Amino acid sequence: MRSTLIAAAVLTGVVLVGSAMVRVAPPVPAGTISGTVTYTGTPPKMRPIDMAKEPTCVSQHPTPVMTETVVSGPNNTLGWVVVYISAGADGSTPATAPVRYDQHGCLYIPHVVVLQPGQPLQVTNSDKAAHNIHPLARVNAEWNKSQPPETAPIQASFDKPEFIPVKCNIHPWMHGYFVVLNTSHHAVTGPDGAFSLAGLPPGTYTVTAWHERFGTLTQDVTISGTETKSISFVFKALPY
Amino acid sequence: MRLHTRWIAPVSAWGAVLLFVGATPSPMPAQQAHADNVTGHAAAGRPLYERYCVGCHGKDGDGAGDNAQWIDPRPRDFTLAVFKCRSTATGSLPTDQDLYNAVSRGFVSTYMPPWFALTPQNRIDVIAYIKTFSAKWNGGQTATPITIPDEPAVSADGILHGRQLFQDLQCWKCHGPAGHGDGPAAATLTDSKDNPIRPYDFVVGSRFKCGSTNRDLYQIFMTGLDGTPMPSFADLMQPGDAWDLVHFLRTLQPLASPEATTWRAWLTAHPGELKPIGPEGTQ
Repeated sequence: MRSTLIAAAVLTGVVLVGSAMVRVAPPVPAGTISGTVTYTGTPPKMRPIDMAKEPTCVSQHPTPVMTETVVSGPNNTLGWVVVYISAGADGSTPATAPVRYDQHGCLYIPHVVVLQPGQPLQVTNSDKAAHNIHPLARVNAEWNKSQPPETAPIQASFDKPEFIPVKCNIHPWMHGYFVVLNTSHHAVTGPDGAFSLAGLPPGTYTVTAWHERFGTLTQDVTISGTETKSISFVFKALPY
Repeated sequence: MRLHTRWIAPVSAWGAVLLFVGATPSPMPAQQAHADNVTGHAAAGRPLYERYCVGCHGKDGDGAGDNAQWIDPRPRDFTLAVFKCRSTATGSLPTDQDLYNAVSRGFVSTYMPPWFALTPQNRIDVIAYIKTFSAKWNGGQTATPITIPDEPAVSADGILHGRQLFQDLQCWKCHGPAGHGDGPAAATLTDSKDNPIRPYDFVVGSRFKCGSTNRDLYQIFMTGLDGTPMPSFADLMQPGDAWDLVHFLRTLQPLASPEATTWRAWLTAHPGELKPIGPEGTQ
């Protein structure tokens, strides 16, 4: 009798859980736009950074570190390109997970970070040197805070979309970008130039690729169902 | 001759009408400013701005007036609404009173003079007009000034603690171990427009950019000088720490001050006890 009751209870549970699962996950077709970013022409040569003014950072780099303005891979692939949906009903959701931006070895890690309006940003200092974090915002507020070693992370957020250059005045070679975008569909390319924007509902989108030196390229792309559309961006590189 | 006079009157009347129409100022937001219980109006500030300020700050307030190319540091660009001397936190707009004080005080070691020649009403009218150059002033929100508690008495222990903060917060990286403005990072400093800029040299003993009192000094490093390399230290210091740092910074200036007297007495009583400031002091 008892075992029959338990079996009935378990069965009811399974049925309830099963029906609940069906309700939470309605079938939404989602497509993907992926591809590669490359360049033609001659990009500027990246130079070794002279960190002699900050001995605690020099000692962290056995080989000289190169500037990160133009980072490329084999076959002219291009890194540090932000690819994102700039127009179209892409079903974006607000982002709440904090994004971390670290100062390590007198470099910004990562060089480019993408945020959505209001998304929390945590700036940390892993160095033995003091830095000042100075986002040179124009649309959002420009601020400038000191962060000596072993101090609490600086908490910040930005309200409006903007490409914000960030610099450390104490170490002038340190520069990076806070990229604030109105979409949750964005990617930053590595040296292989690859990007993938997944989870897009069927529709027509404008896809924008941004590079700090080479500017902006856009393409209109239409996707239907769960297809993966492949596109490529080719920047024209100038040495100066 | 008579014929001429008969015609001149109606013609000049029409001319006056035409001139009046041509000179009607373009529509302007009814921006106001308030300081010292005086209310300023942008419409009244505009002719004053166009007479006294336009040469350096430019017709559009972008800091690109005819004189700007000869001026270092460059005149302020009001279209960015970023200001050095504020009683408010870094990243905030200044209060109207902050701007009024800046115009009244001028900026030592720059081309910006104190505008005593303008009446208080003139000055606050100009401030109201300056606020029309950026949409950031249209929100109507007023930032709250930081709280500055009463200054404690000067003590040798406080100065010593302030000196340790000068070392630990690495102020010497820009301002130099002795406050000469010659730290290792000084030579490469640039402002937010990439123009070279020098850190303050305490040893010249002059006024500061944003005032001359101990409270002004407290406010400078707690709010930072936005648009320049000088950051805010508000997140890193308690009020007691900040006052200790103020008292130490005063000892770097060649002035007769209570801080200097206290410090000299301590140095005489404790010869050779100080650790150096700078990279050698880190170990």
